[in-house]
Amino acid sequence: MAKVNMTVNGSPASGDVEGRTLLASFLRDQLHLTGTHVGCDTSQCGACVVHVNGEAVKSCTMLAAEADGAEVTTVEGMANADGSLNVIQQAFQDHHGLQCGFCTPGMVMSAAALLKENPKPTEAEVRTYLEGNICRCTGYHNIVKAIMAASGQDVGAIAAE
Amino acid sequence: MPKDSGIGASTKRREDIRFLTGQGNYTDDINIAGQAHVYFLRSDIAHGTINSIDTSAAAAMPGVVRVFTGADFEGVGGIPCGWQVTDRHGEPMQEPAHPVIAQGKVRHVGEIVAAVVADSLSQARDAAEAIVLDITDLPAVVDMKAAVAEGATKVHDDLTSNLCYDWGFVEENKGAVDEAFANAAHVTTLELVNNRLVANPMEPRVAVGDYTRHNDESTLYTTSQNPHVIRLLMGAFVLGIPEHKLRVVAPDVGGGFGAKIFHYAEEAFCTFAAKACNRAVKWTSSRSEAFMSDAHGRDHVSKIELALDAENNFTALRTETYANMGAYLSTFAPSVPTWLHGTLMAGNYKTPLIYVNVKAVFTNTVPVDAYRGAGRPEATYQLERVVDKAARELGVDPVALRRQNFVTEFPYETPVAVAYDTGDYHATMDQLESMIDREGFAARRAASEANGKLRGLGVNCYIEACGIAPSNLVGQLGARAGLYESATVRVNATGGLVVMTGSHSHGQGHETSFPQVIAEMIGIDESMVEIVHGDTANTPMGMGTYGSRSIAVGGSAMVRAAEKIIAKTKKIAAHLMEASEADIELKDGAFSVAGTDKSVAWGDVCLAAYVPHNYPLEDIEPGLEETAFYDPANFTYPSGAYACEVEIDPETGKVTIESFAAADDFGNVINPMIVEGQVHGGLAQGIGQALLEACAYDENGQLLTGSYMDYAMPRADDLPNYQVDHSCVTPCTHNPLGVKGCGEAGAIGSPPAVINAVVDALQSGGHAVDHIDMPVSPSRVWSAMNS
Amino acid sequence: MYNFEFVQPGSVADAASAMAGEDAQALGGGQTLLPTMKQRLASPATLVSLTGIADMKGVSAADGVLTIGGATTHATVASEAAGSFPGLAGLASHIGDPAVRNRGTIGGSLANNDPAACYPAAALGTGATIVTNTREIAADDYFQGMFSTALDEGEIITSVRLPIPQASNYQKFVQPASRFALVGVFVAKYADGVRVAVTGASEEGVHRWTAAEEALSANFSASAIEGLSVAADGMINDLHGTGAYRAHLVGVMTKRAVAAAS
Repeated sequence: MAKVNMTVNGSPASGDVEGRTLLASFLRDQLHLTGTHVGCDTSQCGACVVHVNGEAVKSCTMLAAEADGAEVTTVEGMANADGSLNVIQQAFQDHHGLQCGFCTPGMVMSAAALLKENPKPTEAEVRTYLEGNICRCTGYHNIVKAIMAASGQDVGAIAAE
Repeated sequence: MPKDSGIGASTKRREDIRFLTGQGNYTDDINIAGQAHVYFLRSDIAHGTINSIDTSAAAAMPGVVRVFTGADFEGVGGIPCGWQVTDRHGEPMQEPAHPVIAQGKVRHVGEIVAAVVADSLSQARDAAEAIVLDITDLPAVVDMKAAVAEGATKVHDDLTSNLCYDWGFVEENKGAVDEAFANAAHVTTLELVNNRLVANPMEPRVAVGDYTRHNDESTLYTTSQNPHVIRLLMGAFVLGIPEHKLRVVAPDVGGGFGAKIFHYAEEAFCTFAAKACNRAVKWTSSRSEAFMSDAHGRDHVSKIELALDAENNFTALRTETYANMGAYLSTFAPSVPTWLHGTLMAGNYKTPLIYVNVKAVFTNTVPVDAYRGAGRPEATYQLERVVDKAARELGVDPVALRRQNFVTEFPYETPVAVAYDTGDYHATMDQLESMIDREGFAARRAASEANGKLRGLGVNCYIEACGIAPSNLVGQLGARAGLYESATVRVNATGGLVVMTGSHSHGQGHETSFPQVIAEMIGIDESMVEIVHGDTANTPMGMGTYGSRSIAVGGSAMVRAAEKIIAKTKKIAAHLMEASEADIELKDGAFSVAGTDKSVAWGDVCLAAYVPHNYPLEDIEPGLEETAFYDPANFTYPSGAYACEVEIDPETGKVTIESFAAADDFGNVINPMIVEGQVHGGLAQGIGQALLEACAYDENGQLLTGSYMDYAMPRADDLPNYQVDHSCVTPCTHNPLGVKGCGEAGAIGSPPAVINAVVDALQSGGHAVDHIDMPVSPSRVWSAMNS
Repeated sequence: MYNFEFVQPGSVADAASAMAGEDAQALGGGQTLLPTMKQRLASPATLVSLTGIADMKGVSAADGVLTIGGATTHATVASEAAGSFPGLAGLASHIGDPAVRNRGTIGGSLANNDPAACYPAAALGTGATIVTNTREIAADDYFQGMFSTALDEGEIITSVRLPIPQASNYQKFVQPASRFALVGVFVAKYADGVRVAVTGASEEGVHRWTAAEEALSANFSASAIEGLSVAADGMINDLHGTGAYRAHLVGVMTKRAVAAAS
């Protein structure tokens, strides 16, 4: 066991972890931040995406020990200070960008990373960026639309609704 | 002008708030103080005789609570099958025992051989590695036709063969069908494969068994689409626990698509082990485990023949299908290739004579059961492919050939036992044609060709039977369950309502759409209605969510219960206003007396029911709580027309979906936004089946697609934006909302559109390809072009 | 996963001594190693993380050579090599997905030498030098078949030096499930000739296509490889493509890489 200290959603967090403890497990099991989900074991589905030092990573493919000293943001840390949905979360609700909700935390975190890097992405760029986030419910249409809307772009041209 | 609340409004989903902020409560988020963890040791071979299992070293490992093998489950019931099919000779299907843990033999890769319960999952897994298995390999049975050949190795030694049943439908029509083929002007024949799929809800299955010794009560938290069904199956048939001592909770569930309907061994194990160990026992599936333990879907090999007369009218249809059951019968497996498939073979067409033969086969593979659409996609795919092929052979327009043969008068009794109540197939086809610019296709094809690409357009129709199902009918067909739905509507003293429904929401948005119906009926704000679901302790016995049945059956139960509430509140209102009950009207959340200005608010009437000072106690009880069980009179029959345009890169064989349009008739729609989302998701799964997904075994029964490294899940850049429309409305005639259901349509209607388009594109490039099996991977398309 | 001791040295020297321990295994970004360990297919006693070594990070161009620290992530290469070596930046920008690229490293990829990985094609296609804590290894000597390299036990890739070509491009045709390369071709044009490296296709792992190199060295255009063909023998034959299909794709991807080279 080794002690790790990190800042999670703006607050200090620490715990004793084994070498093999994954960041996702540390967040879920020790910090009880169960918004981060684990949907595969080959680092592909993206339900576990969190931000470490501002970058999107798959927390199921990173050791908790590797995040020692890091700033970690999870979906629980995304809402506005007053608890209301942030602009990305609100766009997901407005455009029905989620159904069962399981992939949603990873989608929100990836969307936030995308918009930070590319504030006005094209639809194709959004689809490409989401290569590492699998959704089985929505067929992606409304996720793409939500992200485009969150970027402040007109989504009227994207059919349906 | 779109409505902003009630029926027909695109109300934003209230459940989204918790999902978007990480506050969902999925089964894996549930941890019970002191819980142990189970690791299942699973067979790594497809078929073998278990000689011995030595667990002694494992049992002595650190943290191990107990090691279980099949021996611990002797005397415990097996996993039951919920549907008995009778074969064409009047005999019941062959039904093998389905143990919780393998007994005597292993029959598929992934079957549970032993289970280690330990303080931590790592300890359980470490100990599982110390279990010594002595298993003698047997030849694996994988290919269905080989499985039923003379002398094939038997999956189950106590059955007469690997044939579960040989089903004929309608058997009495077989002679007339054969005669029609003999007299046909043209016969189109097509052999095709409906590829095996894995449902892959993004949340892997989880089961947490809990037990309290002082009252001998068991609780199972599980990722289920139908907690009451699990309670009944597991309690009554596996573990012998009466319902009042067994609670099943399915909290937030991360998608189902059919795979979470069934009762699984892991659920029974965790419930059993919690009592045996007097400690909660938790199992969380890894994705790799999911691939070898979740029931798979589809996996049919079919031959379909269509007979036409000289005027291109369909005169008869004949099919022969081999349907893979896997190694055991999963909960509803026998019904999928039969009653959910054969009854749909008429499709949108007035073909007078139809004969469907299905041979269900046991193989050394994971059990196969319902996956989104369940039988209806298999029927639609065969039919819409053979009609397309016929049009090509006859040199006629595929849309015109379809239109010529459409059913146009309703109700329509098909020759395959079902009666369509409503529909307008020309209207959905008209709508589709208005969406896809068919006239502009030639120019788009020319543009693609100028770019070195091939372009194809595929169009098809579909009809499905959902809103499952009339209990008396399915009972005659072999169902061992009723398929009604239930709802309890509880009105609180100040007028707010709680609906406890037997339907289960795992993405469908019931928490939002069900209140829209109640709000509309009473004329109150949707926010005054809460939905409770997913817990047998606080919902009436209900059958759950699958078969696009939630709004059609569960919603109808809710309407019936609400109608009882409204009838009672009218009596109370009549008393309060000293009027005749017959004169009471409920509108906009207030009761009035017709022809007067007397009025009393909804909340005041509700309060009177709970504070019955001025109340007709001699006539009615205090309180406002009503339950209804709704059993549908018929299936519902959503229908539609779909079109897909593809581009093929002839150098690589890669198929790109350029556009996809869907015109559906779902009857009345409660929440258009949610309905469109359901269609999008169904389309993605159908396009995924056509383009990407395939579950494959090698000849030894080894699973070749055991993770997302080899099973291709559709991703955002594989799929287009969809054009969807549901403006054609022919309301269902036999449920109170006039709704038909929309959950499966996309997955049912889309695969043939994709393949029709691919064949169209290939033929336009001069390739003599009249069929290509799914998935149309680049490799497969390239091979077809170069063979 | 089996448990292990996690260490995160701050220098190459400390990492090398940690790697000298029994059953020690270097950890780059872990994007392949950690999933492998989850399947219990690897059981190191000690995992030596290299991502804390500042000296092993970064991208720099000098004297026509791009030097990339072994612990540099794909995302960093994608952004920092974009100006100096766009063919390589393009390759890096399509490895895995964005979150994977934020963790995965060039050293980890080259040490693993997955037969469907992208970076081996760039290293071989540029005739790169693999620099370790003990020596320098020419790419032509480094790759020794799938998952096999010239690295000794405990040896650490500290940097990679890639000669910057006049023009280059990488074309990846993805395996539809994993999104690894079903076939990937890296083409690099130098003053003294053209190199073509192929990944994803062969049972021998990454390899050069010398016939194409000769043809392209004489005439650097897609038409130069018309008529050349690759034998299907020895090509990977699996669910996602036959050997013949992969062999065909090698030609297609090579042509496309030449056409797109910049």
